[in-house]
Amino acid sequence: MAVTLVLAPLLGAIIAGLFWRVIGERPAQIVSTGLLFLSAFLSWIIFLTHDGGVQQIQMMRWIDSGTLVGDWALRIDRLTAVMLIVITTVSALVHLYSFGYMAHDENFAEDESYRPRFFAYLSLFTFAMLMLVTADNLVQLFFGWEGVGLASYLLIGFYFRKQSAGAAAMKAFIVNRVGDMGLILALMVIYFLVDSIQYDDIFAAAGTLSETTVSFLWTDWNAVNLIAFLLFVGAMGKSAQLFLHTWLPDAMEGPTPVSALIHAATMVTAGVFLVARMSPLMEYAETAMAFVVLIGAFTAFFAATVGLVQNDIKRVIAYSTCSQLGFMFVAAGVGVYSVAMFHLLTHAFFKAMLFLGAGSVIHGMHHEQDMRNYGGLKDKFPYTFWAMLIGTLAITGVGIPLTMIGFAGFVSKDAIIESVFAAGAGYAFWMLVIAALMTSFYSWRLMFLTFWGEPRGDKNTHEHAHESPMVMLVPLGVLAVGSVLAGMVWYGPFFGSTEQVSEWFGASIYMAPDNNLITEAHYVPNWVKVSPFVAMLIGLGLSWLFYIRDTSLPGKLAATFPGAYQFLLNKWYFDEIYEFLFVRPSMAVGRFFWKKGDGAVIDGGINGLAMGVIPFFTRLAGRMQSGFVFHYAFAMVLGIVAIVTFVMLTGGAR
Amino acid sequence: MIASDLTVALPEVLLAVFAMAALMAGAYGGKDKLAVPILWATAAVFVLMALVIGVGSYETRTAFGGLFIADAFAQFSKLIILISAAVVMVMGQDYLTSRNLMRFEYPVLITLAVVGMMVMVSAGDLITLYMGLELQSLSLYVIAAMRRDSQKSTEAGLKYFILGALASGLLLYGASLAYGYAGTTQFAGIISTIDEDGMSLGLLMGLAFILAGLAFKVSAAPFHMWTPDVYEGAPTAVTAFFATAPKVAAMALLARVVHEAFGAVPGDWSQIIALLAVLSMFVGAIAAIGQRDIKRLMAYSSITHMGFAMVGLAAGSAQGVQAMLIYMAIYVTMNIGMFAFILSMSRDGRPVTTIDSLNQYAKAEPLRALALLILLFSLAGVPPLVGFFGKFYVLWAAVEAGMIWLAVAGVIASVIGAFYYLRIVYYMYFGVETDPLDSAMPPIQSGLLIASAAIMVLGVVNLFGVEGLAAMAADSLVR
Repeated sequence: MAVTLVLAPLLGAIIAGLFWRVIGERPAQIVSTGLLFLSAFLSWIIFLTHDGGVQQIQMMRWIDSGTLVGDWALRIDRLTAVMLIVITTVSALVHLYSFGYMAHDENFAEDESYRPRFFAYLSLFTFAMLMLVTADNLVQLFFGWEGVGLASYLLIGFYFRKQSAGAAAMKAFIVNRVGDMGLILALMVIYFLVDSIQYDDIFAAAGTLSETTVSFLWTDWNAVNLIAFLLFVGAMGKSAQLFLHTWLPDAMEGPTPVSALIHAATMVTAGVFLVARMSPLMEYAETAMAFVVLIGAFTAFFAATVGLVQNDIKRVIAYSTCSQLGFMFVAAGVGVYSVAMFHLLTHAFFKAMLFLGAGSVIHGMHHEQDMRNYGGLKDKFPYTFWAMLIGTLAITGVGIPLTMIGFAGFVSKDAIIESVFAAGAGYAFWMLVIAALMTSFYSWRLMFLTFWGEPRGDKNTHEHAHESPMVMLVPLGVLAVGSVLAGMVWYGPFFGSTEQVSEWFGASIYMAPDNNLITEAHYVPNWVKVSPFVAMLIGLGLSWLFYIRDTSLPGKLAATFPGAYQFLLNKWYFDEIYEFLFVRPSMAVGRFFWKKGDGAVIDGGINGLAMGVIPFFTRLAGRMQSGFVFHYAFAMVLGIVAIVTFVMLTGGAR
Repeated sequence: MIASDLTVALPEVLLAVFAMAALMAGAYGGKDKLAVPILWATAAVFVLMALVIGVGSYETRTAFGGLFIADAFAQFSKLIILISAAVVMVMGQDYLTSRNLMRFEYPVLITLAVVGMMVMVSAGDLITLYMGLELQSLSLYVIAAMRRDSQKSTEAGLKYFILGALASGLLLYGASLAYGYAGTTQFAGIISTIDEDGMSLGLLMGLAFILAGLAFKVSAAPFHMWTPDVYEGAPTAVTAFFATAPKVAAMALLARVVHEAFGAVPGDWSQIIALLAVLSMFVGAIAAIGQRDIKRLMAYSSITHMGFAMVGLAAGSAQGVQAMLIYMAIYVTMNIGMFAFILSMSRDGRPVTTIDSLNQYAKAEPLRALALLILLFSLAGVPPLVGFFGKFYVLWAAVEAGMIWLAVAGVIASVIGAFYYLRIVYYMYFGVETDPLDSAMPPIQSGLLIASAAIMVLGVVNLFGVEGLAAMAADSLVR
């Protein structure tokens, strides 16, 4: 079953990608989508029937070289099962949604076949993602890790005629290289110290590793902290955490279904999954985990501030994703991996839905993405409106305080904030609460600007705006169900109590014996429990004030604090700083080696040799060949003189 | 015992007798009318002698008190000399006949030259060496000037003669020094003297002069300057002969002298040979770029190739000698193919030798152009053709002997040299259209051209077993 599940998307990718000419364009789409639904169906069976144990299925002998042994094997445990349903469900729905979204595309000519390619990439991505989460060893995980990177690159640059899309694809790939460098180093350190890449061996060695020191760069490190840190560097790249986040907003150049699948629900959460998967190591790495909390909290805060002022509907959601990923890392960092996974699960539903909803609006508005040109679209997009509303209620965390009744985001986000407080990370707690406030503000801002108010922008576009077809609305509906219920249904297993969580996750998540945070989180003061809800209400209120009550307020505010506004609008100038710090110097170095090194020295040298020096000697030789016998004889005499001198000087004569 | 001595030198004796008989037949028989029959008979005798030598004993035997040595090394060299001489002679017959150059002395002189070469490679004594060398050289001087009504041909013969005399003088001077300091002219005696008393300054001088004299014969820089003029001036059929058998003989003689007489002190001569090799490779490669005449170009090409062969020799090991022999065998094969083509180059019945006359040759004669392309690539040492393996073996030997700088120099020189070979290919395939060459080509020439090219391709399998024979030959020389 698991094997079928994993291979179905690969088969779909191959059929859609290579054989669509044989079976036709539409059948290719149908086949890949059908296989994905099969995958999703099997995932749910596995998830629902899972007993909490670890199941290992060997598929193929892959690497066997000395102690470096890695099979192509599937490791099915609770953690994997959770990821499976997230990936396959969202992927299946996105496949279905893409039938509508990709039906017409102005980036391609009428007679161009781009749809099978798109579906093949989507399926390929899904396969790679499944490889990542089902891996039984680090090298297979790395295969999946790079596979999703590749698929992400291909899909961001799907509109290959658009320069910005190509640049964004490259940016995503290159920024991820930085993170991958960390991941590879982590793999190497692990293999160096443990002499194995199998999870089981690594986890068994966690205790020993925590007492080992290893020399790296300039000093000695505690092995487990170093490994955890390097792993997290890898996670930072993939999950767009602060400093390595810059690619994610640009990745919105890809088609919207891609943003929903890869850059919201699945790939970007791979980092969170990695930290959870490596929990047996992470539990020993206190210093590294403190760093994870720090980066997570700052990412959540930073991304939320930038999200406040963005005008492109997809970028708002992209920054929101970035911010929510920060929430997850904070949870993982303080040691409540299950809660991080919980938010990952719920977030996958509502964030995918928000993206698909945004896609629906964009589709209906003829690829207009600037929210300043929306307004009053409630009646034009009735179903989309409701779906987006549910998504917004979920992400902002609407529910009944002090109970576990509420939208998915309410349950999981509150769980994070309470856990962080219980863990005693005061600064992180406050940053997350403020981030929650801003989340609420920008999410409602998006809603108000899009669906309420007067229509703005091109009148013609508004007149021709239309609700999306059924294939696009059905996925929205399914995801809406998840966004409402996911939190409440799985509250127990993910955040019930330490015992409950341990029992449900079994060996897949390791929590140290003294890690009782989950239970403790339920006994935090009530003001803590209510704080995110209050923050949400304040955000909602402010948003209403700014965008419904008095729409001139935002402009005035921006005019009053132009510095702050520009700072946020330009995303804290990260791109500019990186441009200055990294891009320009590397370009300069590259240009130096290209123009000077290759062009002047190598080409110039060779050309000079071939067109200057050699011809000179050729002419010289021609001149010496004068035709006069005495010249020739003279050369011979010179030769014999040289030889005699040479043997006199160097010869071994006594 | 004179009888057993004669048995050892039987092929040489038979050839000499044949030469005299042919001379008598020509002089008192039909003069030049007999030229073609004599030529064919000579070729047949060469092949017969090659067979006799080929099936003969591989063991080392000496004759005339050590003056003459017959061993596997001499055997290998003689085989190449005899076969290439026969082939080149037959190949040039059409050329000479159609240009009214077919004299009956031609095959006789070639036979005498071949006898000289065979004596050279079998020399076990400085006297034998000189006798063989002079017999060969004097014959060659004459045939270089065979076209008496042509100023260029006589000039070539005269130049060759004067400079050759100078070289012979150097050689003789070296030989007399060696004799004076070793007390013997026998190679075996010289080496045992060195073994006992070490290398004296006089012997060292002798070695230097002998090397210089032999360098002239293999046309190594800076003793090469006669080569282009003689190649250009001599009738093409004679040039083809110059480019093949004598080179093998001279190179073999060089190997024989340095190993048999001075094998105890390889350090003293390998450096000199290495210097000559580097100079030859670079001078040949660089000067050839400026050439517009294909015969002059082939002259420089042969200078470069001799440089490469000397790289193998400079290694001073059995492996080096083996590499040199393989290289020479391949070189001769390629040159036969090239000259088979050059002999056929004519426009309106008149011989042309400029390389621009090959413009667009591929369009007119695709098969021959292809064969030529293969030969040129092989000459340039482009893998996987046989020419590449020739270079590979000599460079390998140099590296094994620790002379990496020499191998590097060889590679650089071959890169420079590739230019002028490829330029001919360029002319043939992409050049501007000019008056085409005559398409008529005697079957022997076209057959040899294509056979030579085919060998360059098919030989990559096992070099037709030359490797093993050369190894045996080298082992008999280097002990």
